[in-house]
Amino acid sequence: MTAPTLLAASPAARTDRPPGRTRRAAAPARARETALGLLFALPGLAGLGIFVIFPLFQAVYLATRGNDILGNPTRSVGLAHFQELLTPEFGQVLWQTLVFTVLVVVPGVLLPLALAAPMTQRLPGMRVFRTAFALPFAYSVSAASVVWLIMLNPGISPVNWALGLLGVPAPNWTTEPGWAMATVVGVTVWMVSGFNLLVLAAGLAGVDEEVLEAARMDGATGPRQFVSIVLPMISPSLFFAVVTTTLAALQALGQVQIMTDGGPNGHTRTLVYSIFDNAFHNNNSNFGLASAQGLVLLVIGVLIAVVQFGVLERRVHYR
Amino acid sequence: MNRPGPVPTVLTYLWLGIAAVVLLFPVLLTVLGGFLPSNALLHQPPQLFDGDWTLENYRAAWRQPVVPLAPAFVNSLFVGLSVMLGHLITSCLAAYALVFMRSPLRRPIFWLFLATIMVPYESIVVPNALFIRSLGINDSRLSLILPFLATGFGVFMLRQAFAQFPRELREAAVIDGCGHLRFLVTILLPASRPALIGIAVWSFLQGWNMYFWPLIISSSNNSLNTLQTAVFALKDNEGGSPAVLLAGITITLVPTLLLVIFGQRWLVRGFTAGAVK
Repeated sequence: MTAPTLLAASPAARTDRPPGRTRRAAAPARARETALGLLFALPGLAGLGIFVIFPLFQAVYLATRGNDILGNPTRSVGLAHFQELLTPEFGQVLWQTLVFTVLVVVPGVLLPLALAAPMTQRLPGMRVFRTAFALPFAYSVSAASVVWLIMLNPGISPVNWALGLLGVPAPNWTTEPGWAMATVVGVTVWMVSGFNLLVLAAGLAGVDEEVLEAARMDGATGPRQFVSIVLPMISPSLFFAVVTTTLAALQALGQVQIMTDGGPNGHTRTLVYSIFDNAFHNNNSNFGLASAQGLVLLVIGVLIAVVQFGVLERRVHYR
Repeated sequence: MNRPGPVPTVLTYLWLGIAAVVLLFPVLLTVLGGFLPSNALLHQPPQLFDGDWTLENYRAAWRQPVVPLAPAFVNSLFVGLSVMLGHLITSCLAAYALVFMRSPLRRPIFWLFLATIMVPYESIVVPNALFIRSLGINDSRLSLILPFLATGFGVFMLRQAFAQFPRELREAAVIDGCGHLRFLVTILLPASRPALIGIAVWSFLQGWNMYFWPLIISSSNNSLNTLQTAVFALKDNEGGSPAVLLAGITITLVPTLLLVIFGQRWLVRGFTAGAVK
């Protein structure tokens, strides 16, 4: 039997608040519970400490080092890697990362919303639609990328075929500078739409019918009701969808690497692709520069989180 | 919600129907394309309901020598299940400590877990890769999973779920002489089943669909390909016909499609509970 149990079993100690226990008796029990709590948290702390927190410091160290051909860190190069981040090339990478993220998040949340909203009507078949629209969520990034490459392969492409019916010539989706980014964005939107649909549909299902009825009595119907009543009520789900989609877009690698390999001519090179390219692609092994870019990614991620939680979440209504 | 008139009903079905055709065509192509003879697939648009269905592409995908799919399947299953188990065990224990154990360290530890959620994995992938290399285990499957056994996100979600457990019940159990571990395993976990299943589904999908890390690890050792890196390697192989590729992709999709179809309510319940509260 454990010490806290013994204590609690005595009638005197059975007060509402544990601080009410006498200090002398509580101290060893509390020390024991503190130790036990630490022990329970330890596996998680160890895993994250070794593979998330420690590597952050390691990344800072690596960012100031050069490395030999095997990738082992060598002498300090000071801030040289960070200076390389001040070039127009890296500026372009950052700009493209921003463009990619915005172009993914906006339609990646609005499209599932436009699908989930009409599905709240009590009509037959809506559950089938919901499950069907969620299916892209099952795709890994490599499965989605390769399937879409086949979808856009000129010899097969149903997309090109449909455009042909409309009399529109199909572009070279992944090799034309103007189109490559749009293609990668489109595939990513397709990928995130499945999960976001589930999230938003769940949010919409939780909207209180009585509130909607009251709003209808007051003359708020249709789009007006949707914008001023429904949207605020599902704002937690919307917020969740925006945050997770932003992170997913910011961290996207597979669709860029598989579909365009950063090309044509660097036009789809994003920050994470750049990290991958510098460190691991073609045995480039420029771990210092990749680490410096990883730190930039960290700063951007934290900044976006601060903005989203600081600014956006204030407008979220939690019930 | 509300019962609409006949015109909006038609419009609803029209809109959802068009969206379904556009958004689900790739899914249809994946699932059916693998069963099509090449001449039916290599046609614009592909003749999906050709009729002469064949298993030849599946045989070819499974047996092709470039990236053998059988070991990749085993690796993917190993990664998915290990990540799931690792996440569940570490998150349950940590979340329990954060909710039910009085300790001055409770807040700082919670913030530490929360902070790790903010770190994009790609920021630390380089040091992790070098670390795994320096451990000398980059020939073993362990290197595929080692960095992913703990998750701040799982701790956060389970903390939300555990916090909803009535405090009086827990006090009563303690009075009856129930220790922490026994209380966790016999009372709290069964009561938190929806959240646990949600995390299990999410974690398995995370592990199974992981791409960046296996790509790095398997680049130096082909036997560590997962299905996801195998799909990429198969695509890069000149001889890979689209039909064979689609058959291979369908193999990688079987568990995840099943999870999305049958596990979605758990996933959504777990996530929305965490997101809304």
